[in-house]
Amino acid sequence: MADERSSRTQLPRPVSRWLVWASWAAVGTFLGAALFTFDYAGGTAYLHDDPTACLNCHIMREQYQGWQLGPHRRVTTCNDCHTGQSIAAHYGSKAVNGFNHSWAFTTGWFSEPLQINAFNRGIAEANCRRCHGAFVQVVDGPAPHSEPGACLRCHADMGH
Amino acid sequence: MTRSDQPTRRAHRWRIALLVSSLVGTTLVLALALDIARKKAEGRLPPMPALELAGKVDDPAAWGTSFPLHYEGYLETVDQERTRFGGSDALPRPPTAADPRSTVSQSKLEADPRLTRMWAGYAFAIDHREDRGHAYMLDDQTFSARHQKRQPGACLQCHASIVTPNRMLGAGAPDPSSAGAAKLNAMPSAEARTHVDRAISCVDCHDPATMRLRITRPSFIAAIARLEAGRGTPDYDVNTMATRAQMRTFVCAQCHAEYYLEGDDTQLTHPWDDGLRADDMLARYDATGFRDWAHAETGAAMLKAQHPEFELWSEGIHARAGVSCVDCHMPYERAGAMKITNHHIQSPLLDAGRACQACHPIAAEELVARAESIQERTLAMQDTAIDRLIDLIEAVKVARSIDPEDPRLEAARQAQRRASFLIDFVSSENSAGFHAPQEAARLLFLALDEILVGTRALERRS
Repeated sequence: MADERSSRTQLPRPVSRWLVWASWAAVGTFLGAALFTFDYAGGTAYLHDDPTACLNCHIMREQYQGWQLGPHRRVTTCNDCHTGQSIAAHYGSKAVNGFNHSWAFTTGWFSEPLQINAFNRGIAEANCRRCHGAFVQVVDGPAPHSEPGACLRCHADMGH
Repeated sequence: MTRSDQPTRRAHRWRIALLVSSLVGTTLVLALALDIARKKAEGRLPPMPALELAGKVDDPAAWGTSFPLHYEGYLETVDQERTRFGGSDALPRPPTAADPRSTVSQSKLEADPRLTRMWAGYAFAIDHREDRGHAYMLDDQTFSARHQKRQPGACLQCHASIVTPNRMLGAGAPDPSSAGAAKLNAMPSAEARTHVDRAISCVDCHDPATMRLRITRPSFIAAIARLEAGRGTPDYDVNTMATRAQMRTFVCAQCHAEYYLEGDDTQLTHPWDDGLRADDMLARYDATGFRDWAHAETGAAMLKAQHPEFELWSEGIHARAGVSCVDCHMPYERAGAMKITNHHIQSPLLDAGRACQACHPIAAEELVARAESIQERTLAMQDTAIDRLIDLIEAVKVARSIDPEDPRLEAARQAQRRASFLIDFVSSENSAGFHAPQEAARLLFLALDEILVGTRALERRS
């Protein structure tokens, strides 16, 4: 009785050893493929501040070219306007947008012409005010009267 | 033995789960890597494909082998989708030997029977339907019940792919295209129909050697030259002197424009010598004494306006801002890293995101709502104007029945002719006022003024 039960639950020794090897090999393959893909996609570039990283996706060509020809090229990079400014906000916004953009571009589930969403509009607005805040204080008015989104309503094509 | 079974079994399960999830994960990661490779390949812009037509210049499928994306869009003009105020659902009908169409668009005459009185005695009072896609242009002309009255071959200048037929008919002449068009215009429609075999195709707008836009209708080339001469540019040649942006309007304008048939040989002509406004054209028609037909109820010398999209657009804000027909009706779309012009030509309201948002970055629903508010108001004004026009027709008819020689009739008939043309100019234009809202309102206002003048003339004691 006992022998019958154990034969059901215990794999023969060679199979058991094969399973150990196979599972670790599979994990290794996965990690290798993931690392390769990360490197192939230029993944490390996204941790830095170079605007050509955004150009990894050809869809950003127009914005990049617009920025190169515009006045903001002298004083800003993409990250100055499009990411948060504390370390947490900076990498947080990169992570959120990195995932969203990868998802959208891979699946093709996005509408064109591209439009900024509320989260990123907020970040961009805050960055307008970070540099120009003192200058626009008079027209902007003190909180809570200042209107979020007011800069980009008229100056939408300022950066690119 | 049995006691140590449990951890072993758990370890096996754990390893199998690890194995399976790693394999699934690897598959997904490799799929992602392949997709990234595909996107990177897209990013390298392909060179302009060469066009090998091998004598098949009229066959869109031959162009399609080099420009498959443009060709696919072109084929999609078979779609029938309506907007709130324009276009038509596909209405099924039983095909007959005389008319093999299995679908047609909504009859405008059934939707608004007043139009049959407005056009009484003219072929448009027999059959007039909502517009539908380019794919149907030849069939809808060929099988229209308007052929119960004699129709000239001139209609085919814009209801068929006409470049090669014109050139073949005019072979040997110094300008084969114009000479051929003149011959075709003068033919009865049934004879002309044997010279054409397909609806609009690539060659009607594109030069097969360079793919550049070009104007192929001799009527437009001549009319725009006369218009430009009046504006101070003698010897204007649209194909060498127009900018690319202008060509993105003119290729459409060569057909989507008001015209009349001049002389006994029914030559297709655009009345633009004095300008593009409806009242400029009306003044020209009045000066030359042209009439399309005699009104069956009143005897007035009538004018029919037809699809003056180019002229009305010319008076609007989008024209002033340099926005062409193609910008909204064939908006750019992304194909990999390339931008291509969408060749599925349709109402911008059916794709408001692409059509409008390049300039107006607001929600598509709001953009459509704005356009519809313009259309709704224009159609309300137009509706009132048609009511008053019918009143005038009725009044002239009564006065005529009492005394056909009544001297007051002349002024009333003149008012009917002018008012009818102005209303028709707005109602037969395909944007329900959107192309130039204030201009459409101005024309309807002028029409009401004409009706008032005509009504007063009849009220005067003779």
